[in-house]
Order: sequence, then structure tokens, then C-alpha cells
Amino acid sequence: MQTTQRDNEAWLADLNARGRIQQQALTDLGDALFRTLGRIRANWTYVDDSFLEDVVQETLMQILEKLEQFQGKSRFLTWATSIAIHIALSKLRRKQWQDISLEDITLNGDTTVVDNFMTGDEVEINRDQSIIIDRMHSLIDSELSDKQRTVLLAELKGLPQVRIADLLDSNRNAVYKMGHDARKKLKQALEDSGLGIEDINSAFSA
Amino acid sequence: MTLDKKQINGLMQLIGLTRDSEINCDQCLNLIAEFAERELAGKSFPESLEKVEHHLSICRECCEEYRLLIQALKTMDEDEPDPSPPRL
Repeated sequence: MQTTQRDNEAWLADLNARGRIQQQALTDLGDALFRTLGRIRANWTYVDDSFLEDVVQETLMQILEKLEQFQGKSRFLTWATSIAIHIALSKLRRKQWQDISLEDITLNGDTTVVDNFMTGDEVEINRDQSIIIDRMHSLIDSELSDKQRTVLLAELKGLPQVRIADLLDSNRNAVYKMGHDARKKLKQALEDSGLGIEDINSAFSA
Repeated sequence: MTLDKKQINGLMQLIGLTRDSEINCDQCLNLIAEFAERELAGKSFPESLEKVEHHLSICRECCEEYRLLIQALKTMDEDEPDPSPPRL
């Protein structure tokens, strides 16, 4: 059966089936994902057919595991493609950052970042920004736990969450939560010190 | 440790966008297909998907995945006779 001929219900029925029907559905789905990934591969460097094939196989396995999570609010192929893209990018991010440690990024959590930022000759900051940055400097040190500080600084330096999670022996959701908790603490602390969200947005919106 | 102005600005903008309650990346991934189709169809977002829009403004990685999904969906909609070679 061609992929374009299956609606959502048919995909679910065939993938939930056993034997030859399921196998054909997996083949059709894999072909469709391979074609789609092939069309967007130009966005990635060092990606060959073997990489795409690995992504497709991992995607098919995940889809079978989480089939019941598909709620039918989108086309099935859209849902499957979103999973495939997530898997592909996670692999690429891990590969790109595989030789980087958290220490490389954060220098053991040193947060003298703002001082360095402020004394850079090439940097121009206005008075409002300077006030907020001053506060931020001390708040990063005083309000955040070591892990929160590490995650926040690593994210700001561009380290992907999936790699941070690997390095912390954690997972992406936990890393997101640590970063979120850090942002909430800093936001609250800024507000407590008299700097509201409007002040921040106004000063840094340019 | 040095952060450049862009990174400092990024932190401040993130703090400005921070809400007490946010969905995480897995929750975003579960909703992103519906969100993308609505976006491409020019439909408004129900309240349940507004959280996705906010997450995409916060999370650089989910945003990257979303942009690629949009790109992929556009190519899927052009999916006629397949010019790609078959898989081995």
C-alpha cells in the first residue's frame, strides 16, 4: 500500500497488526521518512544514507513503542516526521559536541562572566543594561545551585541539552527543568530587587 | 568564563520570557505535529497549543526541530512521484 493511501486510522491499524501487514506498514513508513529526511538533509553536514537509515530504524522502533500516544490531531506522517527529526538532530548534536566537557564550557561553574562582559572594550552597554547585569552577576552566584548554574551557563554557551544530559547522567527533560528553575529564581530575585519583567524586556529588547 | 553580549542578551530575554509553568521538550514534541499543521494552514492556536508557541520561544533546540519539520512538511505536500532513489 502506498503511504499516501493510508489515513491515520489505517496507519494505526496496520502498525498495530502483526505479521505481513505490520511489516508492510513499517516498510512504507520507513520509505516515506527516508524520502522526507533526504529532502532536508542539505541542512546537515556529514550526513549520508547510512546515517539516515539509522535514524529511520530508530524512529520506527520509537513509533511502535509510543503508538498509543498518537492522538490523531495531526496527520500520522507529520507526527512520525517530528519524531524522526528529533532523533536525527539529537544524534547530530551529540556527535558535534562529543569532545566537549562541561568544564570546557563552564570552567567549573565560574560565573565571572558578567565582569568580563562588562569590561570588554568592544562591548557597548547602556546604563539600564548595566544595572541589570550588575544584579545578575551577584544573583547567579547567590541564588543558583551548582547544577543550576552549570546547566544555565552551558546552555548559554550553546551546549545542547541532550549533551548536557549525557554529561550529567541525566535526561533532557531534567536538564530543561534545571534551566527553567534557574531562570525562575533569577527572575524572582531580580523582581525582588526592584527590577520587573518590563524593565528587563525594555533594557534588552533591542 | 566569558559570555559575549549576545549571550548576555539571550539570558535576559530568556528571563523575560520565563513563566512559572512551562511545558518541557518531550511535551512539546508530543504537540509539535499538530502545531505545525495549524501553522501551515494559517489556523489559530487553541489554548493547549499556546504553550508550544511559548516553549519554542524559549528552547533553541525544539525551535530548530520545529523549523525543520515545517520545511519537511512543505516538501511532503509536494510529494508526487518520488524522485529519490529507493532505500537499499
